[in-house]
Amino acid sequence: MNLKEVYPDCDKLLPRLIAEQKKNGFISEQAMKKISDETKIPISRIYAATTFYANLFVRKQGNYLIEICNSPSCYLNNSLDVIKELEKLLKIKSGETTKDNKFSLHIGSCIGCCDKAPAMMINKKVYGNLTKEKIKEIIQKCKS
Amino acid sequence: MKINIDGKDFEVDPKKRLLQILKEKGFEIPSLCYQEGISIQSRCRLCIVEIEGKLKASCEILPKEGMKIITNSDKVQTARRVNAELLFAEQSKFCSTEHKEHDLCKIISELGVRDRKFDTKKKYKVDLGAAVVRDDNKCVNCGRCVATCAEIQATYAIDFAFRGNKEHVTPYFEHDLNDVACTKCGQCIAACPVGAISEREHLQEVLQVLKDKKKHVVVQTAPSIRASLGEEFGMPPGSLVTGKMVAALRKCGFDKVFDTDLGADMTIMEESAELLKRIEKGGPFPMITTCCPAWILFMEFFYHDLLKNMSSCKSPHEMLGMLTKTYYAKKAKINPKNIIMVSIMPCTAKKFESTRPELKSGVDYVLTTREAAKLIEHFKIDFKKIADEEFDPTLGVSTGAGAIFGASGGVMEAALRNAYETATGKRVSKLEFDQIRGMDGIKHGSIIIKGKEIKFAVANGLWNARKLLEKAKDYHFIEVMACPGGCIGGGGQPLPVNKDILQKRMNAIYQQDAKMKLRVPLENPVVQQIYKELLGNPLSKKSEELLHTKYTKRSKF
Repeated sequence: MNLKEVYPDCDKLLPRLIAEQKKNGFISEQAMKKISDETKIPISRIYAATTFYANLFVRKQGNYLIEICNSPSCYLNNSLDVIKELEKLLKIKSGETTKDNKFSLHIGSCIGCCDKAPAMMINKKVYGNLTKEKIKEIIQKCKS
Repeated sequence: MKINIDGKDFEVDPKKRLLQILKEKGFEIPSLCYQEGISIQSRCRLCIVEIEGKLKASCEILPKEGMKIITNSDKVQTARRVNAELLFAEQSKFCSTEHKEHDLCKIISELGVRDRKFDTKKKYKVDLGAAVVRDDNKCVNCGRCVATCAEIQATYAIDFAFRGNKEHVTPYFEHDLNDVACTKCGQCIAACPVGAISEREHLQEVLQVLKDKKKHVVVQTAPSIRASLGEEFGMPPGSLVTGKMVAALRKCGFDKVFDTDLGADMTIMEESAELLKRIEKGGPFPMITTCCPAWILFMEFFYHDLLKNMSSCKSPHEMLGMLTKTYYAKKAKINPKNIIMVSIMPCTAKKFESTRPELKSGVDYVLTTREAAKLIEHFKIDFKKIADEEFDPTLGVSTGAGAIFGASGGVMEAALRNAYETATGKRVSKLEFDQIRGMDGIKHGSIIIKGKEIKFAVANGLWNARKLLEKAKDYHFIEVMACPGGCIGGGGQPLPVNKDILQKRMNAIYQQDAKMKLRVPLENPVVQQIYKELLGNPLSKKSEELLHTKYTKRSKF
């Protein structure tokens, strides 16, 4: 089955999703229904596409969006310890948001900062050469 | 084109995929995600073969001139075994499949996997729908249900969400199937090779009411059941088991066994009267049949502007349920509150239909064909040897027109036979409408009634229905059945199904019609009596109250 034949507007989907994400920080059910109405793409397909991409979210994210790189360079420089430390500090698991809606934790793919591995991004700002102390400091700063 | 398989040369069709070729040539290749009629999934990787030293999934490869294929080397066997183990590890619960052809358990034991090497921690909640139950813990992500829902049924109720080890099948935003636009047709059940999707069982409830001495338990059987129930007991596809089915059900303890074919006859009486009324009044056209509950849901979800074109007739089993609780209850002097109506249907959507409040519970429980077989097995009845019996005559006399309801095109054919005879007083010159019989997705034809040409079209499978609705204005009368082939291919029918089996079931149904003396509902003495004693005329006030219904607009999300 040809994709273009079934959904003539399929090429408009991803730009719409990215725009929505930029506007609201996530793609809500309501927004998804609207996009489905406009593009004539079934909503289950839109949900499938949205959840496929690690940088599109279907739930409201915290004020500080933490994305930890877990690609080879960071992994070899103990990014798993970074994840563990953050999970311990924030008392949430990766993929979750704290109850006070302040922090969201995500494991992402390469952010192109292999020279500063292990690295993470908080609201798209890069923090590199992470150690336990450094992480504590950064989180403390965010909290205050 | 010539290719070489395991050292032997074969002449093959270059348009067919390798897996199909290998299966046709008699090679035994395990496969789980391959299904006729849907796109190639190539997810299970069990059908791999060795082509010039490389392992490739044969389901997606097209043959090339002089291709050398090895189907059974050690390398292939090892790879298949590892892939089977990985699939097995996807399940955190064991499958309880009824799918005899593509059973994962069968495949892994054939490949010599004896133990679970890998474990999974995945835990999903079981989606307990009104008609369809989905247990993701048994799912191996083969993708057949998703493709069936999208490519055959055009419903898109489910899809894959997330990726990697979090990937799973779900309606959008992890909603339950009950809360999304799912037509409950049950084709995903027929597609699932591991039993992760199944019907909502009502067997225990029925066993309970059968024990209750105060209740008068009545059962009715759909037109297509008699052509398929035998398969559950090892009989060849297409065996007609009407007599055995009635005898077995009576032995199960049902007080009366009625025939949904009579309900179908009643539907036809009402529907053809409605058609003639619309012809007289000049519309609205096209009139659309409403015997298929999945189709009704589909219209309620996606085609709000065509709801006014739907016939207002209830489906046959709901009509018979209503008649049982009024006409029969009065005749037999039983309080209608003590009558329990159980329908045996080829369909999972009927389970949902029986919960619709506007139908005033004409039917209390719906069992699928598979559940009926389990019920008969529960009472240890030897189905193959049991002597034939007849339906209870109060509501058990039917015509050939009712009998063909089970096949795509049957409702249309029956309605046209009856409408023609009602309008002209003569039997239609040829009772068999060959142009709307058979397995094609969309069929059409025309007939002249009282000097006016009536154009009609028939679709089966909801994608075909969608295509047909695009040119709905060209027709006066449209019949749609949601499942491929009509009710004979319903989501509650014995598994596995394929085109060949469907054709055999269809032939059995038309054979039954040909054998019957009564072919047009108008001639049915019981129908005549019901109208005389209870309803008056078709479309009378009483029949509007008992046999007709309304439709509601539902959100497509």
